[in-house]
Amino acid sequence: MLNWLPENISSFGKNIDGIMYLIYYVVGAWFLLAEGILIYFLLRYRRKSHPTAAYAPGKTGKAMAWVLIPVALVLLCDIAIDAKGTAAWDELKVDMPDTQELVRIEGRQFAWNFRHAGSDGQLDTADDVVTNGQLFMKVNDKVKFELISKDVIHSFFVPNLRFKQDAVPGRKINGWFDATKTGTYGISCAELCGGGHSYMQASLVVLSPEDYEKWLKK
Amino acid sequence: MAEEMNHAHPGFIGTYIFSRDHKMIGKQYLFTGLFWALAGGFLAYGIRQHLAAPHSPTLGHGVMSPDFYNTVVTMHGTIMVFWVAMPILIGAFGNFLIPLMLGADDMAFPTLNMLSFWTFFLSSVVLLASFFVPGGAAASGWTAYPTLSVQQGVHPINWGQVLWLLAVALEFVSMLLGGVNYITTPLQMRAPGMGLFEMPIFVWMQMAASLIFMLSVGPLVGGAVLMLFDLLFGTGVYVPEKGGDPLLWQHLFWFFGHPEVYVLLLPALGIIGEIIPVFSRKPLFGYKPIIWSTIAAGILGFIVWAHHQFISGLDPKAASVFSITTIIISVPFSIVIFSMIATLWKGSIQFTTAMLFAVGMIAEFIIGGTTGIINGSAAADVYVHDTYYIVGHFHYTLFPTVFYGTFAGLYYWWPKMFGRHLDERLGKIHFWGTTVFFNMTFIPMLLLGLAGHQRRIADPTIFPLLRNVQYLHVIATYGLYGMLAYQLPFCWAFCKGLVGKKDAERNPWRAATLEWLAPSPPGHGNFDKQPEVVAGPYEYSKPEEKEDFIPQWKPQEAL
Repeated sequence: MLNWLPENISSFGKNIDGIMYLIYYVVGAWFLLAEGILIYFLLRYRRKSHPTAAYAPGKTGKAMAWVLIPVALVLLCDIAIDAKGTAAWDELKVDMPDTQELVRIEGRQFAWNFRHAGSDGQLDTADDVVTNGQLFMKVNDKVKFELISKDVIHSFFVPNLRFKQDAVPGRKINGWFDATKTGTYGISCAELCGGGHSYMQASLVVLSPEDYEKWLKK
Repeated sequence: MAEEMNHAHPGFIGTYIFSRDHKMIGKQYLFTGLFWALAGGFLAYGIRQHLAAPHSPTLGHGVMSPDFYNTVVTMHGTIMVFWVAMPILIGAFGNFLIPLMLGADDMAFPTLNMLSFWTFFLSSVVLLASFFVPGGAAASGWTAYPTLSVQQGVHPINWGQVLWLLAVALEFVSMLLGGVNYITTPLQMRAPGMGLFEMPIFVWMQMAASLIFMLSVGPLVGGAVLMLFDLLFGTGVYVPEKGGDPLLWQHLFWFFGHPEVYVLLLPALGIIGEIIPVFSRKPLFGYKPIIWSTIAAGILGFIVWAHHQFISGLDPKAASVFSITTIIISVPFSIVIFSMIATLWKGSIQFTTAMLFAVGMIAEFIIGGTTGIINGSAAADVYVHDTYYIVGHFHYTLFPTVFYGTFAGLYYWWPKMFGRHLDERLGKIHFWGTTVFFNMTFIPMLLLGLAGHQRRIADPTIFPLLRNVQYLHVIATYGLYGMLAYQLPFCWAFCKGLVGKKDAERNPWRAATLEWLAPSPPGHGNFDKQPEVVAGPYEYSKPEEKEDFIPQWKPQEAL
C-alpha cells in the first residue's frame, strides 16, 4: 500500500515514511489477525457445522483474559508507535535548526507567493527576491520559513517533501524543511480555501548550490 | 386495535403527525433520515461523477463549477452526519427501542419527544431552503472553518452559511431535547426486576451517546451563534483584522466533533451488540467490560480533539499529548471489538441479513480503526492530513457505523416496527453488493491520499503528480455506481415491507430482550401487561435449560 507514496526528497521525510511503515506493519499484522479470527469463527461456528452453542458470557477474569491480553499487546504497540512518532514530530515541528536560509511564504486566494531573504539572511531588505508561484531553494540546505496568509486558511503542502503546514490569517508560523534532491516539485494547497482551491498550485525548485547562487544574482 | 379505539384515540393528526408515541416518533425520524440519505447519496454521486470526469457534465447541470463543487461536498458531509446518521441511529432506533427494551409504555417525557422531532423537521426545512437562497448553500466544508466561512462573497450576506448555521443549531437543539429522554427513561422507567446491569447493551450505548453529545455540544452551539454574529453583524470573532482568531472555531468545532464520532459509533455498536448474541445463540461476551470501556472511551474522547489540528498552527508541543491520547483510545475500543468477536466463539451462527450486516460492520470498521492509527500519529499526519487518505479513513469508520449499523437494525427490528419481515433474499443481495462496491469505492481513496492527493479539490487533473493516479478516481466512481445500484434491492424490500398482511410473530428471532414480548407491531402503550424482569438480556444456550434461551420476562398468561 505504501508504495503509492511519491518519491521522498527530504531528510525528515525518511522518518515520516519510517513511522508510516512501522504503523503499516504493526497495524497490518493486527488487521490480518483480527479479520482472520473473525472469518474463522464465522465459518467454523456456522450453524451447519456447529448446531449447539456453548455458554460463555465472559464474566470471569480468566475468560476476559482472551480479550485483555491482546488488548495489552495493542497498548504495547501503541507505546512503540507513540515513542517513534514523537521523536519524528519533534525533529520536524518543535526543534528549529540553525540555518541562514530564510523565506516568507504567503498564501492568498488563490496563489502562493514567496519572498526569499537573499544573501543577507534578512527579510524585507533590498536584496530580497520575490517570486510568484515558484519557491527556490538550495539542495541539502535547511530553509527556515515564515508562513502567513492574506485572507483565509490555506495549507502549504509539498507531497515530495512529506511536508504540510497550515497558513492562518493573523498568525506568523515559523518552521523549516529541506530537500535532498534537485528538481522541480509540486506545491499545493491542502485546506479548502474557496472556489479556486484546486488551482492554487506552485512549484518548488531545488537547485544545486552553484545554480542557486546564479539564480540569486539574476 | 378495536379496544384501543375506545381509549381517547389521538386521531389522524395525533397518531401520524403530532404524535407523542415513541414508536411513531421513531418512524418519523427514520423516514426523514432516509429521505436525507437519498439526498446525501445523490450528492455523493455528484462528487464522484465530477471527480472521475472533471470536464464533463454532471447532475444534468453541465460541467460543475468549482464553487458548486464546494457546495456539493459541504452539503454531502453535513447531511450525512447531521441529517442521516444522527436521526436514524439515535432518533429512529433510540426512540423506537429504548422504552420497549425497558418494558416501559413510552419515553419519560412524550411531549418533549414530539418537540424533538418537530424541531428536527424544522431544521430539515431550513437546510433544504438553504439550497435556494441567493449565492446557494454553504460551500466552506462541513467543518465551516473561518475565515472562509465568514468571508463576504458576491452577495452582501452569505445566506447559505447563515441558514447552514441555523439548521445545524436547530438540529442540535432537537437532539438535546431527545437526549433528555434517552437518559431519564432508562434511569427511571425500567420494568420491575431490571437493574441497570440487566439493561440491553443498546440502551447503555444510547444513554452514553446522549451523555457525550450533551456534554460536548454546548461550546459549539455558542461558537455557532458567534459565527452567526460575524456573518450578520460583522462582529469579527473569528476574523484577525477585527481582533478575532480563526483557530478558536476549530477548537470549539472539534471539541464537539470528535465526541460526535462516538455519538454515532456507540448506537451502532449497541445495535450489533443485540444482533450478534441472538444469531450466534451466545451471551454477549464481556457485557460489563464493554460498558466500562465505552465509558472510558467516552471520557478519553474529550481530550483528543486537537488531533484534527496537528498542523493547524497549534503549538507543536501540544501535538504529542493529543497524539498519545488518540492512540490510547484504541485500547477501550479494542476491548469492545474483541468482545464482539469473542461472542462468536463456539456460537451457532445463523447468517440472517441482519447478522451479515452486523459482522460486516465489524469487518469494515476494523479497516477504519486501523487506518486511523496513521493519522493519529502526529508525525505521519503531517503527510496524510487533509488528503484523500483521511477521506477514505473516515468513510471506513462512518459508512459501516451508519449504514451497516442501520441496515442491520432495520432487517432485525423491522418485524417489530411494521409487523412484517424484510425480504431475506433481497437482503442478502443487498448486503453482498453493498460490501463489494463499498470497498471498491473507498480503497482507491486511501491510495489516492498516499499518492499525495489533497482533499476537496474540484479538478485533480491539473496536478502533474495526480494525473498518473486519476484512474483511481474512475474506479471509485464505478464503485459508487455499484453501491447505489445495490440499494435498489433494499428499496424494493423496504416497499414490500410496508404493505401486505402483518404476519410477523412476536419473537421471530427467539431473542431474550423485552421488546420481543410486545406484539409485532406493538400498539399504543406497548405491552399487554406490565412485564417483570427475571433474567439478564443475553441468557442464550445456558446449560441444562430446555430452551436455548431464557427470556428476560416472567412468563405471562396468554391474552
